[in-house]
Amino acid sequence: MTRHDGLQPGFSDPAVDAAQAFRAIMRAMARPGTIETVSHMAPPAPLSAAAGAVLLTLCDAETPLCLAGAADCEAVRTWITFHTGAPFREAAQCSFALGPWAALTPLSAYPVGTSDYPDRSATLIVETPDLAPHGAVLRGPGIEEEAHLSLPETAAFRHNAAQFPRGLDCIFTCGDRVAALPRTTRVEGA
Amino acid sequence: MKDTPDFDADRRAWMGLIACAPAGRVAALLDGATARPAFVWLRAPEFGSAMVQGRTGASGAPFNLGEMTVTRCALRLTGGEVGHAYLQGRRRADAEAAALVDALMQTGAAGDLRAHILDSLAAEAEARRETRAGKAAATKVDFFTMMRGEA
Repeated sequence: MTRHDGLQPGFSDPAVDAAQAFRAIMRAMARPGTIETVSHMAPPAPLSAAAGAVLLTLCDAETPLCLAGAADCEAVRTWITFHTGAPFREAAQCSFALGPWAALTPLSAYPVGTSDYPDRSATLIVETPDLAPHGAVLRGPGIEEEAHLSLPETAAFRHNAAQFPRGLDCIFTCGDRVAALPRTTRVEGA
Repeated sequence: MKDTPDFDADRRAWMGLIACAPAGRVAALLDGATARPAFVWLRAPEFGSAMVQGRTGASGAPFNLGEMTVTRCALRLTGGEVGHAYLQGRRRADAEAAALVDALMQTGAAGDLRAHILDSLAAEAEARRETRAGKAAATKVDFFTMMRGEA
């Protein structure tokens, strides 16, 4: 008998919810440090609602996904496969990676693109226990003066920004809130 | 998935029967047999198109025959059973009934449903096939050549 007890619904209204989530992610990415809220959904544990919304909005069968740490479990894999069809790959071949910060590091494992094709890089979806507009100082495109975001560390992001135009983009998720740190943002200590 | 081959074949058979039933028939049989159980949508009914492939002589190289409209949905009963439905055309209500039958066939109600729904559908499908075969047989022409010369 097939019993997918872990199989949860995705967006309740896929077209509208995905469009709103995409808009929220785009605003977060365009203005690094701002915290956006995505529509409520209930992905399987341990995924946060925001991480679930980001996955269902951005992933499809053509985006290899790397699950790290606690996120790499059967319920999550079944849910992602059912709703997006995204294939699961190692860190070196992924275009999206999902997990807590400790499980995602070191960042050298992920593709950063090439100088000719900087878009061939990975986007990290970082599950954080806390997301608040204080802590590390962010400067760069999309930020008028400076912005603050509670980052798990700063050295890795400084190194990431130094690789520009290559590099990784990060999306931070916590509960139903989402913030982003593109590779263009310069990170300074708190 | 982790299904045993036996269950797979069985499920394929009933999903095929349901998919080939005329519009509204599965819903009518389902409502006649049992009350609809509570469920949540995993994927609400949605329309799409699927490329149908054929093989010359059923065994040659595959070729694209054409696209067909498909309605699909998936739901989960409160007991955890997941039902899927893929039907031809744009038929939301039929897809819901088909997915419900698929899910209920995995519960204790399977025997009851088989008697009330699947056996009826199988008999109707067989009757349709025989009617069509009968019509075709009526137009059959036997060609033969008269013997020439001495008998």
